[in-house]
Amino acid sequence: MELLVSLLIGLMVACGVYLLLRARTFPVVMGLIMLSYAVNLFLFAMGRLGAELPALVGLQGQTSDPVPQALVLTAIVIGFAMTAFAVTLALRANSELDSDHVDGVADGDETGGGGQ
Amino acid sequence: MSHWIILPIVLPLLSGLLLLMGRSSALLRKRLLSLLSTLMLLPLALYLLYLSSDGDYQVYALGNWAAPYGIVLVLDRLAALMLVLTALLALPAVWYASRGDDARGRHFHALFQFQLMGLNGAFLTGDLFNLFVFFEVLLIASYALLLFGGGRARSRAGLHYVLLNLAGSSLFLIALGVLYGVTGTLNMADLAGKVAAAEASEAGLLHAAALLLLLVFALKAALLPLYFWLPTAYSAASAPVAALFAIMTKVGVYAIVRVYTLIFGAQAGLLANVADGWLWPLALATLLLGAIGALAAGKLRTLVAYLVIVSVGMLLAAVSLHTPEALAGALYYLLHTTLVSGGLFLLAGLIRHHRGPAGDHFITAARMLQQPPLGILFFIGAVAVAGLPPLSGFVGKLVLLTAVPAGEQQAWFWAVVLGSGLITIVALSRAGSRLFWKTDESTPAGHRLDPWQLAPTLLLVAVAPLLLSLFARPVMEYTGAAAAQLLVPEGYVAAVLGSEAPLPATILQGGVQ
Repeated sequence: MELLVSLLIGLMVACGVYLLLRARTFPVVMGLIMLSYAVNLFLFAMGRLGAELPALVGLQGQTSDPVPQALVLTAIVIGFAMTAFAVTLALRANSELDSDHVDGVADGDETGGGGQ
Repeated sequence: MSHWIILPIVLPLLSGLLLLMGRSSALLRKRLLSLLSTLMLLPLALYLLYLSSDGDYQVYALGNWAAPYGIVLVLDRLAALMLVLTALLALPAVWYASRGDDARGRHFHALFQFQLMGLNGAFLTGDLFNLFVFFEVLLIASYALLLFGGGRARSRAGLHYVLLNLAGSSLFLIALGVLYGVTGTLNMADLAGKVAAAEASEAGLLHAAALLLLLVFALKAALLPLYFWLPTAYSAASAPVAALFAIMTKVGVYAIVRVYTLIFGAQAGLLANVADGWLWPLALATLLLGAIGALAAGKLRTLVAYLVIVSVGMLLAAVSLHTPEALAGALYYLLHTTLVSGGLFLLAGLIRHHRGPAGDHFITAARMLQQPPLGILFFIGAVAVAGLPPLSGFVGKLVLLTAVPAGEQQAWFWAVVLGSGLITIVALSRAGSRLFWKTDESTPAGHRLDPWQLAPTLLLVAVAPLLLSLFARPVMEYTGAAAAQLLVPEGYVAAVLGSEAPLPATILQGGVQ
């Protein structure tokens, strides 16, 4: 299971970074979402993987670590707010600059390396 | 346990919330509330400075959960110094903004207060995850402040700034995840002990996490490969926002100082001083390239933004030396450079306002009606920021130059600092002669200077460096004591963890299978 989870997280990070390096705001925002999902899973996995382990202190037998779950919860909330902000900003930039290029250049005068 | 420590976080939070609730037409009342709240931060920070000055650590356990399980706020000399600096910079910035810049959009003052809350929290917290949370608080406030007033340049710069920092936040979380996975804690004092006791099998992962953290902090501080966002962002922001942003890079510097003396400092066993090999060359390169960038700047705001980068290079080069003298000098220089560059951003705003369509671009334009006062202020600010006597920049540079131990390091440091100092002087004199002397025959532009905008600018550009240089000895004594305290992290660890009660067995079992 460890191998599968780490491979999946790695794949998500790779996709996220690839999308992040595109020069258009939509793929970049998608890349950020992908990256933050991967990071959340990564944080979650830092509490060690295991099945049927309640995150409760005081039970008999094995329990799982509650701290990473709390961290993930915080990270999800913050990531959600930040993504919402990035989407709004991308929309605003699109309407103000008449382009969805991250540098705000118009489609015509793109000087290479622009993702298309 | 004194409750004073949490007030620098709670006060801006409460006033920010109140400011959000008011109607947008009640701008006068909002200004008063915001000014009052920022003004109250100053005596509060000074009281905390007094509390910390006896060398004891004040630890505040949130919700009375003892460390390392709960989150703690820790007040030491460095944290208190940063709180005072934030208050000293924020007051003139919000004062300047209250003269009209805050009317170009909604909720300027609420955002300003939230930004102060994030800054104060980041300086006080003793928990790495909490540091992440306060970073996010100050970042989201800064995103909105950067865009405040609208316009194409701001949207473009804002998009870069926001996307870069979001990617940085993801890296921060990965580093925290690795640290937690290896050590099982995120409390800084606890981490210091665990990292120092790390075995060789764990050292690789910890090393990766340490450098990942350095990457995140370097992005905030604008170190060499990661500073390209700063000149566009800072020069696009409105003047009071840019002035407040002068301390944002210093948050990155603060985090580097804190983490790489406390957790990965000289006592950290296998991971002792992991950052130094990277920090030293990159900081020197930042210093030099920042100065060259200042020379190439096309307008005053960009020039000042590059001077911020120069100061970051200077500070981090001194920090990476890990000697008490260099650290003390760096803290003194940090006070000076933050206040002066904040003031120069305000001054650039004034010049832009009084120069008609030419703005603060270095082009030939009509003479300004208010040439003499603005020119004198620019001259004083340039002398201060370039490090010429008699102002505080000179004192700070002199202390740093003498603090570097003799040898190869000294040769590099002297060559780069003096060389970039010369380039900075050339850039500033070029800027001054373009703005004030190279005028054409058209009708003079500008209008009456607003004394309420001039006063905060004067405070930051002229009064602050003068006072810092007049009272250099007591300030240096304090920063020396702060540096000495930083370099003995055992005191911090003992104060936070205390005489620890034995851990409950159930908690020890949890998490480790």
